[in-house]
Amino acid sequence: MPRIKVPRKSTAIDMTAMCDVAFLLLTFFILTAKPKVEDPVAVDMPKSATEQTLPESGVAILTVGKGKVFFTIDGPENRKQTLLQMGTKYSIGFTPSEVKQFQNLDNVGVPIQQLKQYLAMDSEQRKAVITAGKGIPTDSVSNELYNWVHEARVVEKNLTNKELLFSIKGDSNEEYPTMQRIIAILQKQKVNKFSLITTLRGK
Amino acid sequence: MAELDTSGGGGKKGGKVRSKKQSTRVDLTAMVDLAFLLVTFFMLTTTLNKPKAMDLAMPDKDDKNTQEPIAASRTMTVLLGSGNKLEWFVGEPGKTPPTVGDYSKGDKGIRKVLIDQSQRVKSTTGKTMFVIVKPSEKSVYKNVVDVLDELHITDNMAFAIVDISPVEIDLLKRDNLF
Repeated sequence: MPRIKVPRKSTAIDMTAMCDVAFLLLTFFILTAKPKVEDPVAVDMPKSATEQTLPESGVAILTVGKGKVFFTIDGPENRKQTLLQMGTKYSIGFTPSEVKQFQNLDNVGVPIQQLKQYLAMDSEQRKAVITAGKGIPTDSVSNELYNWVHEARVVEKNLTNKELLFSIKGDSNEEYPTMQRIIAILQKQKVNKFSLITTLRGK
Repeated sequence: MAELDTSGGGGKKGGKVRSKKQSTRVDLTAMVDLAFLLVTFFMLTTTLNKPKAMDLAMPDKDDKNTQEPIAASRTMTVLLGSGNKLEWFVGEPGKTPPTVGDYSKGDKGIRKVLIDQSQRVKSTTGKTMFVIVKPSEKSVYKNVVDVLDELHITDNMAFAIVDISPVEIDLLKRDNLF
């Protein structure tokens, strides 16, 4: 009996199309990815079962940890305008290069009087200042956090005609009085609604 | 490419040197592997990193018109003390003895208490329960979020975060939670 010969087929497949798709997706994900902003202090967010996600834009974040408060403004234009308004309020003139530096700054965490020096530093020195410093002053004498929040709201209203949303990103073991102080500052300007950033956990 | 053929014309036939035609196919398997690996990486890091936000509305301190009195029988007060413990009571402070509880899901946990009490209020008064959360100075931020989370889970949406009063601090002190 003659043996039936199965014709041997090549196992190599044309990978070109697959490669195209893979790189297309890769490019898409790289371009849509937002670089993660590093927190100035270690913040261990509390867990909750909330599934609501934070809106992508129009949110200002107050990072709270170790009794310090940091303020993150969203978007370069908002940052620029807010800085200039804060400058006029405290009569500090910022040069265009300083404004540019500030636009790249992810969070404000020094008193406004030190901000000029802080912007001139390199990243190593900045880190040292942040660890040694006390964040944005929350006392009612200088009223700095209040003004940052207030100016950021005014700028957002002028630019987009929307109310700026506020989100508090607090450390789990932050003592409540710190939170109380910050909430009081927000409530003083009638920001009674805000959100708390948490990480997901099961019910 | 840009070379002139300097060999004399009319040479022998077949004397032309022909380079061997090579296949233009490259093995793309490794490249595809790498690309998909990176795609997976970016997919996981971008979608799983979205922060969750819990909305919170605080009672307006200046607006006196919207504040309506609520019967003491359907208010439950939760006092947040130190050491991840809490106390709760129904009605006015000092009149009903508080019960010590915690943030767990067990018998003493706030979730069970919230479910039981809201059912009781519903059956006796026919209205929803109102929860007042009073974090003391010795409580931490996590405690507040935990209570808010339990309120969301048990569907008690009528609640408020209010500053603690001295009477209630005394209650916490008595139970060594301050």
